[in-house]
Amino acid sequence: MTWDIERRKCLRCGGCVGVCPVDALKLTENGVKIDEEKCINCGKCEKICPVGAITVGDKE
Amino acid sequence: MKDVVVVGAGPAGCSVANELAEKGYSVAVYEKRQEIGAPKRCGEGISSYAMDNLNLDVPDNCKMQPIDGALVFSPNGDGVTIDSGETVGWTLERKMFDKWMAERAAKAGAEIRAKAEVVDLLPENKGVVVDIEGERKEVESRMVVAAGGVESPIAKKAGVKKPSKLHIVDSGYQYEMVNLDLKDDRKLELYFGDEVAPRGYVWIFPKGESKANVGIGIAGDIDKTAKYYLDRFIENNGRFNKASITEVNSGMIPVGGLLDDMVADNFLAVGDAANQVNPIHGGGIREGIRGGIIASKVISMALDEEDTSHKNLQKYNQIWWEERGRSLRRVEKLREVLEDLDDGDLNYLAEKLKGEDLMDFSQGRNLSKLGKLLLKRPKMIKSARKLI
Repeated sequence: MTWDIERRKCLRCGGCVGVCPVDALKLTENGVKIDEEKCINCGKCEKICPVGAITVGDKE
Repeated sequence: MKDVVVVGAGPAGCSVANELAEKGYSVAVYEKRQEIGAPKRCGEGISSYAMDNLNLDVPDNCKMQPIDGALVFSPNGDGVTIDSGETVGWTLERKMFDKWMAERAAKAGAEIRAKAEVVDLLPENKGVVVDIEGERKEVESRMVVAAGGVESPIAKKAGVKKPSKLHIVDSGYQYEMVNLDLKDDRKLELYFGDEVAPRGYVWIFPKGESKANVGIGIAGDIDKTAKYYLDRFIENNGRFNKASITEVNSGMIPVGGLLDDMVADNFLAVGDAANQVNPIHGGGIREGIRGGIIASKVISMALDEEDTSHKNLQKYNQIWWEERGRSLRRVEKLREVLEDLDDGDLNYLAEKLKGEDLMDFSQGRNLSKLGKLLLKRPKMIKSARKLI
């Protein structure tokens, strides 16, 4: 899978964390961290992000 | 052993803490951020009615600008003016306001700690694991209150909150700007329309002296970003030519999904963590504080009865739904109906409605008037019936 965040864009608001259905995202001091084992590539975090910082690719 | 640990020192959490500390309970409030109140995720508006109703004697240094109405613009640029002729609300400085609420709770006897992140719940929700500037410790308590905002991991851990569905949250983005050419510095400006803000609106909330929060909320499942729409609004509007951006804010706003059950054994949730937000305008300060006040009454009763079980805490659900939930549910229904309206419908309504009507609708009142107007739009008949 490809889950990518542009850290310079991220405002650490936590919107992505709130919509993640599998609890794969965590808001930390250094921005949003992903647990790749949990991620199901649903793309909800990409949609909610107000600044377009997240890109979710297809599951390989 | 504390009586209550509150997770999050926003208005909701501090309101619970203040009420309980005043009654003599031992309360600890842990705030993840290093500074309470910043960065904000908020347009910072509050009505005078809400402040009176909540008995909030907000100090002057938290209040930025008195507001006496609003200019509401439909997609074709026509406006409905709400002019109350007197101050009916304020824009706040959340940095000051949140800190004032925290200080008030601290002075009442609560222990407040910034840069303290609650990372886990103890078994049966009888306390938390908190990381205070890198040092972890367990804090036992008789109850835990989740007040950690819309994404509240602790409310999810306790099973009270589920991940938010994309369609019932708004994606929010905002600039605080200065050197703005405001139409009227005592009025909020609200802009509606599919091109401007799909299923949401752009707001300009004046903060005094050519300053304002210029923000947007759009439905969470829209392809383009909130930033895209807001930047476009600003670019297309010459009034912003000389403006500077002094702050960038973003966040997610629950605009639905009111929770039937906000409690668990030894646990309850307040504020955004319990989706206590007005679904039509997305405002959450008032609802959070009101939720906190209701919660504190039930907590105090449950602690005195030495029964903080899920069953006994249900009284919080009952009272909240009676006092707030029922009217917010009506507002949620209104939001659902407005979603079905296209720009032509909105223009039509702007022609027919007066400022007072909009004030009523935003509080879930007099919705049948809107329903009756919509009955005259053939494709809206089905939606209209929901309101009558």
